[in-house]
Amino acid sequence: MSPVWRSVRWWLSSVAAWLGERFELEDSVLAVLRHPVPRALERPVGWFYVFGAATLAIFIVQIATGVALAMTYVPAPNSAYDSLQFISHEATLGSLIRGIHYFGAGAMVVLVLVHMTQVYLFGAFKFPREVNWLSGSLLLLGTLAMAFTGQLLRWDQDAFWAIVVAAEQAAQAPVIGGWLVTLVVAGANVGGATLTRFYATHVFLIPAAIFGLLGIHLYLVVKRGISEPPVAGERVDRAGYRARYRELLARGIPFWPDAAWRDAVVSAIAVACVVLLAAILGAPALGKPADPTVVVADPRPDWYFLGYFALLALIPPATEAVVIIGLPLFAFVFLFLVPILWPDGERHWSRRPVAIAAVALPFIAYAALTTAGLESPWVPRLQGAGLSSTVTAGLDAPATHGSELFVTKSCWACHQIEGSGGRKGPDLSHVAARLTRDQITARVAGGGGGMPAFAGSLSSQELDDLATFLATRK
Amino acid sequence: MKNSTRRAFLSRVTVGLTGAIAAIVGLPILGYLLAPLFQAPSDDLVKVGLVTDFPLGKTKLVSIRDPSPLPWAGQTAETALWVRRRQADGPQMFQVFNVNCTHLGCPINWQAEAKIFLCPCHGGVFYEDGTVAAGPPPRPLYEREWAVRAGDLLVRQAALPNPKQG
Repeated sequence: MSPVWRSVRWWLSSVAAWLGERFELEDSVLAVLRHPVPRALERPVGWFYVFGAATLAIFIVQIATGVALAMTYVPAPNSAYDSLQFISHEATLGSLIRGIHYFGAGAMVVLVLVHMTQVYLFGAFKFPREVNWLSGSLLLLGTLAMAFTGQLLRWDQDAFWAIVVAAEQAAQAPVIGGWLVTLVVAGANVGGATLTRFYATHVFLIPAAIFGLLGIHLYLVVKRGISEPPVAGERVDRAGYRARYRELLARGIPFWPDAAWRDAVVSAIAVACVVLLAAILGAPALGKPADPTVVVADPRPDWYFLGYFALLALIPPATEAVVIIGLPLFAFVFLFLVPILWPDGERHWSRRPVAIAAVALPFIAYAALTTAGLESPWVPRLQGAGLSSTVTAGLDAPATHGSELFVTKSCWACHQIEGSGGRKGPDLSHVAARLTRDQITARVAGGGGGMPAFAGSLSSQELDDLATFLATRK
Repeated sequence: MKNSTRRAFLSRVTVGLTGAIAAIVGLPILGYLLAPLFQAPSDDLVKVGLVTDFPLGKTKLVSIRDPSPLPWAGQTAETALWVRRRQADGPQMFQVFNVNCTHLGCPINWQAEAKIFLCPCHGGVFYEDGTVAAGPPPRPLYEREWAVRAGDLLVRQAALPNPKQG
């Protein structure tokens, strides 16, 4: 060993000893880190216990990238968009940092849900860990609130109109709806005071709430102990559980490092995935700058909210006021009631078929809604109107005129012919096989069944030509 | 005994003072944050153009400016409206619509040829007079009060959310 190295070692250990005497970490931080956890976590089942830590890792990534972004982002309506464009395209590593923050947000939502699903299926929310679950449910709420407010800070057309839509939804809340809107928008309309509110909410208010809840959550994780893997037939009874768990821990293993290494492995994988996605795909592209006087917008949320967006398109309009407020409310009331209503009994998922259904059905339903949201067949197409030449080839003069009217009179926005056009209304590729020419004329003129009446915007000659064209679609 | 009443008193004083600290700082902050609730939104008539800007039978997009926007409001100081010139003059001369779909508030697009408004979010459709033609919207487009003065078209300011009736 070289004398330099020996000297460095001596200095380091002296400093460590000096600090150690001052901090006395042995009976505080180190004691907490080495708190006993059930020995069963040594087995492969331990890999199920990593998602909370992975969520925390991504959360820390979000804080770090968020602080970095805040160094450049300007939360004012006349600058926000430009500053984001600068971050995304000109700032050194800006695209990567914004990309990490974006993919990290998606990862947060996914990991929180995976973590909750694992906890729910393992029955880990039961006595005495009910408040772990309740604080976790609030953390889910905080995560979703962060995801939503974050999307609005992009301040492009979609973000701007999303705020308008959010305000209109909030207005549906009984009694307090109007106040809620005024507070969210911070005034009469989305304007100068709105963005700063969302910004302060996103970077101070919700993170502060998350820090507080995280403190409670982690305190309880250590204080109540990590739940042992469930065994079918072993029921939680409030009288005997804690004594039994104490015995279990007496034979336990220290969390650090016997269980923590798995947390570190999965956290590293999660962070690596997020950084990799950001490095490959970069920051998500911004839309056009927010401008309330430009009505061309397609306000749709990021992918994890698409299912809810789709739901609002698909439910009967009369049920909307109930669904917009009621469904999220029901979901959270249900989450809160879970540990209150089922604090004891069977923990293993194989003995809780209803619990499996309670997890599977919402996931399947939401996946289906998300697919529907991705396709959005109910949205009229407003760009790229035109029919393929195979449709218009060989038509006589009135039918050719009719085919032009099909595009200019917006039939195309909702109806497809040979794969071109919107999908809101029926495909008209073979409409003449279903309807006679008179029936087609009557339907175009009078509307009905979800279709507007076009008698007011078509002359009788135009109506005739359009019907002539559609009658060729056999 | 005496000691315990003294301690109970000191505990109460400490908790009370801590609460007082929170209150004297917290109440002004709360008032500051809730201020928008107590400010009446302006409802002035604002000029959106000359009457001659609007050809008979046509529907046009106009912008209406906030009477006193914040200096950094940028483009958001303006709001868009659809103005339909219905008649040459008289009380039926104009119809002024909010651009917000009555379903969830997305901006509607005017299709001049087809004479319909299309909503890009969930496919709501309105006729040129604002009545519902198809889709989920529960009611006709919201109309704004307007007036013509000295050749100018003026439109009444309105706040979000759109009224539930009217």
